[in-house]
Amino acid sequence: MYIGYFNINWLMNTEKGHVNCSNYCTDSNGYHFRIRSLRRKKEKISHNTKQLFLLLQSPTSTNYHPDKKTIFNGAIFGKHQEECKPNQAEGKLSPELEHHQKTSFEEVPLHTACLTYLGFYLLMILGYINQLLFVPKVATEKNREGYVALYDAFESFYSRYVYRRVKDCWNRPICSVPGDELTLKDRVTDDYGWSFKFTGTETRCLNLGSYNYLGFAAAAGRCADESEERARNDGLAYCSSRCELGDNEQLHELESLTARYFGVEDAIVFGMGFATNALNLPSLLGPNCLVVSDEKNHASIILGLRLSGATIKVFKHNNMRDLERVLREGICYGNPKKGGTPWNKIMVVVEGIFSMEGSIVRLPEIIALKKKYKAYLYLDEAHSVGAMGSHGRGVTDYFNVNPKEVDILMGTFTKSFGSAGGYLAGSKKLIDFLRTNSHAHCYAGSISPPIAQQILTSMKTIMGEDGSDTGRKKILQLARNTRYFRRRLAQLGVITYGHEDSPVVPMLVYLFSKIGAVVRTLTTRHIAVVGAGFPATPIMEGRIRFCLSAAHTKEQLDYALEVIDEIGDDLGLKYSRKPRDANPIEY
Amino acid sequence: MVAIQLFNEIRSIFRNTPTFALVLETLLLIAVIWLLLHRRGGGRRRRLTKEEEDSIIASYEPEPLVEDTDPNHPLLRTRIVQSRVGKRIKVDGHECLNLGSHNYLGFLEDQEILEDACKSLRKYGVGSCGPRGFYGTMDVHLDLEDRIAKFMDLEEAIVYSYGFSTVASAIPAYAKRGDIIYVDEAVNFAIQKGLDASRSTIVFFKHNDVEDLERLLLEQEKRNQKNPKKALKTRRFLVAEGIYMNTGEICPLPDLVALRQKYKLRLFVDESISFGTLGKGGRGVTEHFNVDRDEVDLISAGMEGSMGTIGGFCVGSHFIAEHQRLSGLGYIFSASLPPMLTQAAISALNRFEQNPEIFEQLQSKAKSLHQKFSNFSKLRLRGDALSPVKHLYLAEPAVNFEAELKLLTELADKCISQGVAIVQAAYLQNRERVPVRPSIRIAVNRLLDDADITSAFEVIEKVSQSLL
Repeated sequence: MYIGYFNINWLMNTEKGHVNCSNYCTDSNGYHFRIRSLRRKKEKISHNTKQLFLLLQSPTSTNYHPDKKTIFNGAIFGKHQEECKPNQAEGKLSPELEHHQKTSFEEVPLHTACLTYLGFYLLMILGYINQLLFVPKVATEKNREGYVALYDAFESFYSRYVYRRVKDCWNRPICSVPGDELTLKDRVTDDYGWSFKFTGTETRCLNLGSYNYLGFAAAAGRCADESEERARNDGLAYCSSRCELGDNEQLHELESLTARYFGVEDAIVFGMGFATNALNLPSLLGPNCLVVSDEKNHASIILGLRLSGATIKVFKHNNMRDLERVLREGICYGNPKKGGTPWNKIMVVVEGIFSMEGSIVRLPEIIALKKKYKAYLYLDEAHSVGAMGSHGRGVTDYFNVNPKEVDILMGTFTKSFGSAGGYLAGSKKLIDFLRTNSHAHCYAGSISPPIAQQILTSMKTIMGEDGSDTGRKKILQLARNTRYFRRRLAQLGVITYGHEDSPVVPMLVYLFSKIGAVVRTLTTRHIAVVGAGFPATPIMEGRIRFCLSAAHTKEQLDYALEVIDEIGDDLGLKYSRKPRDANPIEY
Repeated sequence: MVAIQLFNEIRSIFRNTPTFALVLETLLLIAVIWLLLHRRGGGRRRRLTKEEEDSIIASYEPEPLVEDTDPNHPLLRTRIVQSRVGKRIKVDGHECLNLGSHNYLGFLEDQEILEDACKSLRKYGVGSCGPRGFYGTMDVHLDLEDRIAKFMDLEEAIVYSYGFSTVASAIPAYAKRGDIIYVDEAVNFAIQKGLDASRSTIVFFKHNDVEDLERLLLEQEKRNQKNPKKALKTRRFLVAEGIYMNTGEICPLPDLVALRQKYKLRLFVDESISFGTLGKGGRGVTEHFNVDRDEVDLISAGMEGSMGTIGGFCVGSHFIAEHQRLSGLGYIFSASLPPMLTQAAISALNRFEQNPEIFEQLQSKAKSLHQKFSNFSKLRLRGDALSPVKHLYLAEPAVNFEAELKLLTELADKCISQGVAIVQAAYLQNRERVPVRPSIRIAVNRLLDDADITSAFEVIEKVSQSLL
């Protein structure tokens, strides 16, 4: 049965026409997981009995399948809705210890690490040989003889001969709402990833890839209705910046609502989340400023800091001791470029939930350090706003910290609110400064009315100002889905990173080729996930990322877990050496 | 075996090298070691004890996070738009003729485009909930990219979700540290930020002055001859705008192309205003000058002007444009453009193709407005006759820019209260490369008729005469 399944799986992979899997089966790493799966097969009897045991114990078997039209469309809540605790304050341990205990960064087994490097270098060597022997099927520059080469040689090599092998796993076009499920437009490649063709078919998948944390991405319902109404009344854009003819009452309402949502004095909104970081950090910082930035911070923050001209010091991811060391050194030794004169100001820049690590910032400790060293704190809540805390206000809510303790709250409307754009919130003084100094506020087009309306409606729903408890239910559902899914994954024996309560769940697969293998295999099983590898992550830490949503039902999660369990055996993903919890996990 | 070979090899090296070279190399080695050690020991000051550190920390007083903002700062007061934007607009309670919104073709009033966008909303929802790489690519995005490339008759287009970030991401995707970028000094702020992010050497030439540019290029040529090795690695770029946001003037594209060929530069043109306004078919400044589009390496444009939606795009050859899919920061790391706004852009392109006469209509309106507005007694018009963006400056300069801005703001306020919406151009004077002279930025709308232009002229003339 097992071998049969294995073959069918690959057969489906080719037949379905995703990508010819010979591509990665013949390369170095394909060999690796073939062997692993053979070894796994030896263990199959013991494993199957265990699985049977689990099947009997917990209601994992499910009738759900994304390809069947199911009634589970949208957020339907479990019958036995209980008060689960999205808040961290459960007592017993000190908060720091508890946070530590709930955050997991299991170390990679040594042989996997070696194989990962080996596999990666093999890929590179094969790529180089490939580059020597075959003319790449790429466009070349015409009519520009004698010009200095436009691209770095390594960069183009990497994208042509390493990334191309798994290129089909990204930029996949969809043609539906990115809700709890999505519809993929199937595409095939006849030339190993150089180009793609649409087959004209579609695949309905369970969506574990979009940042739809609270399930507000929908084409029907209140949000969509009000957005459409707004578009019909106010049009699609203003074709002007806020400082010229782009300001309107709706944006003022949005700003005051945002300020109220976070419990701070004032807020300012922008049309793009990325630009909120990239175009506002330069206004806040100058050349004689020190920025202490977490090593896993997002590219938009890094770009913003680079534009600001400030000196950037990086501290180890979520490591308070290292942060303190950097802060101490910064104050004591001053600006080395100016002979050690004191810094004008020091700013700590962190994220609420780190999107690739799934970890939650250790906010209370950072606030204590920031106070001790008189630094300012910039908190990017792109992934945590809406998704964390019992009121959905982000990590300040989650840790029960007064939001005014954070100097600058930043976040996006793209994710939990199902819209687009970003905000900065804080004291009135700060926001007034930004209104007169922010690049985006002065030069960029103002937010489109239907987009702003989506934010307004979803935000009001979360706050319960629409008179229903939908928002509260969504928050609870997400917290519950998160804990259930993470615990079940741990039980399966895969390595996941990050905090127990974070809806961003990276599952480590290490090898570069396995990223492709897992994404493709999951697609054949109608699950859409995101893979991330070098250069987005360290070479050794290729991973699959699941993003949970309040729109997911238990049936959907069970279906996903069942599939992950199966493919975890085939592809050898169960790296964890931690003791597994044999008890069924309660939803 | 290997060891013996190696030993022999080393011995032969020593035998064949002249003594002075050996001595020199030894000295060099010593110097390197000394420098390394010196850096580590003496470069940083002596380590402080914990008590000393604590006392420094206790006495450290940082500046406040932000400075106090003057409550009367001109940018704090914004005008509130209270209606849908079109040829007419309601600003701060006054019904006005709109000469301020960059809605050149009047697509914000187009009901068909709106219907298409709403239909799209009903299919995809509002947000895309992810970047292009992670299930944020919808079929409408691919359609739009395809359509833009076809419309421009180029190989590939790439869509960004924010007009500002389009060119600001495109430039640093190619230009890196050590490269040289030649830029017109009047470029808009988004380009300036793109230049900053590239960390390249930036050389500004005088606005639309090709001779000045050539002079700078010749200087560089001389430097290149002195150091040909470096020149082989230094990429050289030329960045210009089709129509300058800050002056309303058209760039001398044929001359720029000639220089590009002569000095082997790569030419990037930002067509945020000129796309959909210049040329017979709205294809921008290349069509206007009848220049082969392959001569320009990359064309970028915002869709927040003539297309009447949000976002931007870059279009060029496959070789050039595709690179941004892995290197354009604003493309990779940002959520994709909401599908309904993408659909609006597709529908706008439909209109471009179905009714190419709209461009000529717009250009004739721009010309007649230009003619009329050249006659202000107290204001001076700047900009190309064909350009839909023009600037009005004070004919007699005031004491400083601040005073000018104050006067122009007052002028705009009074015009708005008398039914003509004009607005002073907003700049962050302290963040621009050099302060920009305050002006009123006029945006021409295709739907204006001659009576509108005359009445607007009369209102502005009357107000400016009474005020200035």
